[in-house]
Amino acid sequence: MTHTSSLHALARRAGAATPPAFAARVRGLSDRAVAWLFITPTIVLLLAINVFPLIWTIRLSFTNYRANRPNAPLRWVGLENYTSILSDPDVWHAMQTTAHFVVWSIALQVLLGFGLALLINRQFRGHGFWTTVILLPMMLSPAVVGNFWTFLFQPQTGLFNTIVAVLAGRDPSSFQMIGDVALAPWAIVLVDTWMWTPYVMLICLAGLRSIPDDLYEAAEVDRAGPWRRFWSITLPMVLPFLMLAVLFRGIENFKMFDMVNLLTSGGPGSTTEVASITLKREAFEKWRTGYSSAFAVILFVTVFGLANIYVKVLNGVKQR
Amino acid sequence: MSGATPITSKAQAWGRRIAGAAVIAYALVTLVPILWIVQTGFKTPSDAIAYPPKIVAEPSLEGYVNLFTTRSRQAPEYIAALPPADGWVDRLVRSRNMVVAGPSKFGERFVNSLVIGFGSTFLAVFLGTLAAYGFSRFKVPLKDDLLFFILSTRMMPPIAVAIPIFLMYRALGLTDTHLGMILLYTAVNVSLAVWLLKGFIDEIPREYEEAALIDGYSRLAAFRKVVLPQAATGIAATAIFCLIFAWNEYAFAVLLTSGEAQTLPPFIPFIIGEGGQDWPAVAAGTTLFLVPIVVFTVILRKHLLRGITFGAVRR
Repeated sequence: MTHTSSLHALARRAGAATPPAFAARVRGLSDRAVAWLFITPTIVLLLAINVFPLIWTIRLSFTNYRANRPNAPLRWVGLENYTSILSDPDVWHAMQTTAHFVVWSIALQVLLGFGLALLINRQFRGHGFWTTVILLPMMLSPAVVGNFWTFLFQPQTGLFNTIVAVLAGRDPSSFQMIGDVALAPWAIVLVDTWMWTPYVMLICLAGLRSIPDDLYEAAEVDRAGPWRRFWSITLPMVLPFLMLAVLFRGIENFKMFDMVNLLTSGGPGSTTEVASITLKREAFEKWRTGYSSAFAVILFVTVFGLANIYVKVLNGVKQR
Repeated sequence: MSGATPITSKAQAWGRRIAGAAVIAYALVTLVPILWIVQTGFKTPSDAIAYPPKIVAEPSLEGYVNLFTTRSRQAPEYIAALPPADGWVDRLVRSRNMVVAGPSKFGERFVNSLVIGFGSTFLAVFLGTLAAYGFSRFKVPLKDDLLFFILSTRMMPPIAVAIPIFLMYRALGLTDTHLGMILLYTAVNVSLAVWLLKGFIDEIPREYEEAALIDGYSRLAAFRKVVLPQAATGIAATAIFCLIFAWNEYAFAVLLTSGEAQTLPPFIPFIIGEGGQDWPAVAAGTTLFLVPIVVFTVILRKHLLRGITFGAVRR
């Protein structure tokens, strides 16, 4: 490994360049001190901006506090906020909407993303360039994406409606992607799939590239057909990667706010009101700070559960 | 599966061609919305909302003019009485029976995005590099728990975080300030920075530092002169990821800023013309907003996988 030996040489040269007397003088800090000196600032920042607010949220969740009336008398309400959230039909509706969005968008992204990865892995000419092109949507700002898709979804003048109308032989003004109760939940699934399919694709591609060639060679010796090779080699080897992608997308889509807020802002009515939108309405429009804090705590707990599963899977992937 | 197979059967060659055609078809379809927005930025307002949509339209810079200026409508007699138009911008605006009233807020918002983006990126990468080195090289008690804690802060829904931050910033006077947004984005990005950079630093063999330590370097000097140069690529890639996050962020920006420190994502969708959204101007703003991201995506393409999985998948 020429790379390694050149690094060795570099390190030795760097070492030789320092006068020993100077080095001895600044040697004061022990490794232990350096470790804490390096880690503490990050931990302090996270304690101040994440943990302290979280504790504050938990405290507020037991009160009737309203942020728009900071001087109103504060009353402790015990678990009242929690019980009313868990029995609030709007909250359950939001959870169902979120579930519909998460399940369908991820299912489509897995199918399309895995399919694309299998095709790209054929290594046709120019696959590197086209892969980069396909990756573009996921790098964009979800808010800006949600906004410009409202333009594409305009009933008469939007490009999406026009193309669908031409393909389906219907009038472009005969359907509304964002204004229609039946179609709006699919509009957000569609835009999310457009945006995040490349994410699943990229991770699947890494999985495919991790499969050693000799596995396929052995399968060829055993005269295994393409289907058999797919089910016994490709799929099991890619599965941990796919699961990682699904968990990441699951967590991201569970907390989805930006794209949906600008595309439909929860409408029409509350048909696309995912959990984060409901939370925003309660917290920043109705100013029910105590109530929305309790809702936030419930969402925290859910995401923490997901995060724990995620770390276990992540470790599983790493150990391979 | 790298390199060309020595013997390629005809069927395989055809399979490869068909795969290529399918992927290119998908790529082109996926590009259409982006290209449509870029093109809309160069249309006149009436062409932008024409029915049926105009695939070929007379190119116009009206969207960009409207993006950068505010205008006021005037009576034709008033415009006729004005001194001759000064440059093409004036002529274009006057041809719509309007006069330029002044610059728009787009420039300010763009500067805010840059200041908050670069400020938070610098802080997050600085703190993240130190912490990542600490976690990578030393025995830290509860290391796995601390790392998990750092990661988990990233998984909270932004709206849930925004509720107490809103109250805290209101009490501290940090609402709608650059400093407040920089601190907030730093806190969000530092988790990504620690995880990514720990991966990069783990890959640098310890022997180099140990050699330097034996040669009389202090820990800090070995970190600065041996580790940092080796980690430069990783630090650059991490910085770009942090910058993209801060550049694209919307939820905190829309809830915690309104004027002074507002960034582009909450601003662009609400560029209003006469009678609703001014789509060519929105599209022009969107285009200018997306250009840096496209450039960064191309630069980053080798590190994308690592970035989007917090370093869990490396190749």
